[in-house]
Amino acid sequence: MSFDPVITFGTTAAVALIGWGVSHALDTRPFGLPHQTAVSELVVLGSGSFEHPQAGEFLKGNHPVAAPIVQQTMKAPLEIMKYQVSISEYGRCVADGACKPADSRKSGDIPVTGVSHIDAEVYATWLSARTGQAWRLPTDVEWAYAASEKFRGDIEGEGDPNNPAWRWLTRYRLETALGRKPDPEPRAQGSFGTNSKGVADIAGNVWEWTSTCYSHAIIAIDGKRIESSIDNCGVHVVEGFHRTYMSDFIRDGKSGGCAVGTPPDNLGFRLVRDRPSPVQVALRRLGLS
Amino acid sequence: MLTRREALLGSVLTAAAVASIGAMPAVASVKDVAGLPREKITLVPPPFVHAHDQVAKGGPKIVEFTMTIEEKPMVIDADGTQLNAMTYNGSIPGPLMVVHEGDYLELTLINPDTNTLAHNIDFHAATGGLGGGELTLVNPGEQVTLRFKATRAGTFVYHCAPGGAMIPWHVVSGMSGAVMVLPRDGLKDDKGNPVRYDRIYYIGENDFYIPRDEQGKFKKYETAGDNYDDTLKVMRGLIPTHVVFNGRAGSLTGDNAMKAKVGETMLLVHSQANRDTRPHLIGGHGDFVWEQGKFANPPAKDLETWFIRGGSAGAALYTFLQPGIYAYVNHNLIEAVELGATAHFMVEGNWDDDLMMQVEAPRAITS
Repeated sequence: MSFDPVITFGTTAAVALIGWGVSHALDTRPFGLPHQTAVSELVVLGSGSFEHPQAGEFLKGNHPVAAPIVQQTMKAPLEIMKYQVSISEYGRCVADGACKPADSRKSGDIPVTGVSHIDAEVYATWLSARTGQAWRLPTDVEWAYAASEKFRGDIEGEGDPNNPAWRWLTRYRLETALGRKPDPEPRAQGSFGTNSKGVADIAGNVWEWTSTCYSHAIIAIDGKRIESSIDNCGVHVVEGFHRTYMSDFIRDGKSGGCAVGTPPDNLGFRLVRDRPSPVQVALRRLGLS
Repeated sequence: MLTRREALLGSVLTAAAVASIGAMPAVASVKDVAGLPREKITLVPPPFVHAHDQVAKGGPKIVEFTMTIEEKPMVIDADGTQLNAMTYNGSIPGPLMVVHEGDYLELTLINPDTNTLAHNIDFHAATGGLGGGELTLVNPGEQVTLRFKATRAGTFVYHCAPGGAMIPWHVVSGMSGAVMVLPRDGLKDDKGNPVRYDRIYYIGENDFYIPRDEQGKFKKYETAGDNYDDTLKVMRGLIPTHVVFNGRAGSLTGDNAMKAKVGETMLLVHSQANRDTRPHLIGGHGDFVWEQGKFANPPAKDLETWFIRGGSAGAALYTFLQPGIYAYVNHNLIEAVELGATAHFMVEGNWDDDLMMQVEAPRAITS
């Protein structure tokens, strides 16, 4: 991947942008962008609607149940990095004194791994400051939208109200049947191909931090609404080959998981870029941002 | 030479003579032994154990085993870390050999010429000759046959002991296993009542000491000999880089998780040839535990965690009462989680609400 500023648009995106106003996207780019800061290749996903199993753990009538599937609608285009943040990109944040060095010892256009949720947040803040743009981690829903057909969600066992162990056993069997072997060495960006939306390396061997908090939710007995939920924002949703939940300070997913279950091979991240509102754009043009 | 036993019983070995063995130690002549029935056992790799009678049928016999030593690289964790392994019969640990008290264990040990090192075997179950080590040293291209009488009932370690610094190095390269000598009339609980098992699993725990390069990455060596100097330095620090069951982190999980059903009784034999350990079954217990592994001593009851001394093997009997996934760990949890000493059991059956139930699922705290 080039170090020069490059912005490419996926095909889905190009169509969406025509309606939305391409000029905005291009106009905002050079503002506050230092020469040495490369801009990540982006994929812009048009608006759309899809079914999504919610993140978290769900109880109904005192028993754990599968995550409810909710129709999610993406109203505005979503600008997401085509690749996970690379070691060289992350290294510039480290060189700037903002980011803590990652635990991985590779270099170049390999996804940065050995980074916690805290590290990912620091990087997003730093990149936003360097570029004058609004970079952040995607939500679980945004990640799933970008992941498209490569989204798997949680590996869930079958519930049996009379035998809680059945859920643990079926989940264990399901995980085993998936037959995924540990694959700890991060590979060059693009090694795991692109999905139907042009997003690269989804569900490879680097799991990605999202901004969605882990939550316990109670589903009403009618099954139609969430009666109550409690978020734990010290734990965030991690997405990849499967969806899992990790404490924010964990850098190595292998040791951050539970006694049983598939641990992420590596933890990394990619960011989304929020488009400035027309008001913000106008203010920037006047040099007031 | 007329032995005391021959004088007492005559040269014909009868069933009555068999019964006297435990109570009245007697020395059989080579001729006597030669007349004993023979049984040839094909060993199976752990955690499985070859078919055997829990209560001996008939009198003592000679139980024949053959093990071939294999030196080969083996992967010991999910990161692909490589051990220049030395193995009895290709597995770490070597297979569990089961005989009965009073039987003769006869092992043919083969060291093929594809190997590069001399090896031997020291049976903790055997008496004399450094456990047989003195009589079994074989160079590549040689084989040897040793017979010893199983005079004490229990679980016992065997390991390679080719002298000096070679001893610990061969052991931490994988060369250990266990023998189980069952009482002729089977296992007994603390009150002397017979107990039986429906399943038996053998877990060998190993501590490995893999050298690292300047970057902290585990080093890979062409041959075992190449790693000797570096490995010895790590060994002298006494801090293992890996503590694993059956040769590899994760070797007894997923597809290889051990299986059982609610109501089934299992005997779990656990050996550690080099270093102390403390097995624990998360969510279960040891109903009867021979912590030191010697069946002449009554088993301890209802243990939560048991202690296996380095250089010994113990046995725990447990009847599963609840279904689910059980983790069997070395309850130094750092060693279990970070260094690899975790195995899983998948246990099917009906849940018992009387033993445990979630009265109320997690919900918001109400004041």
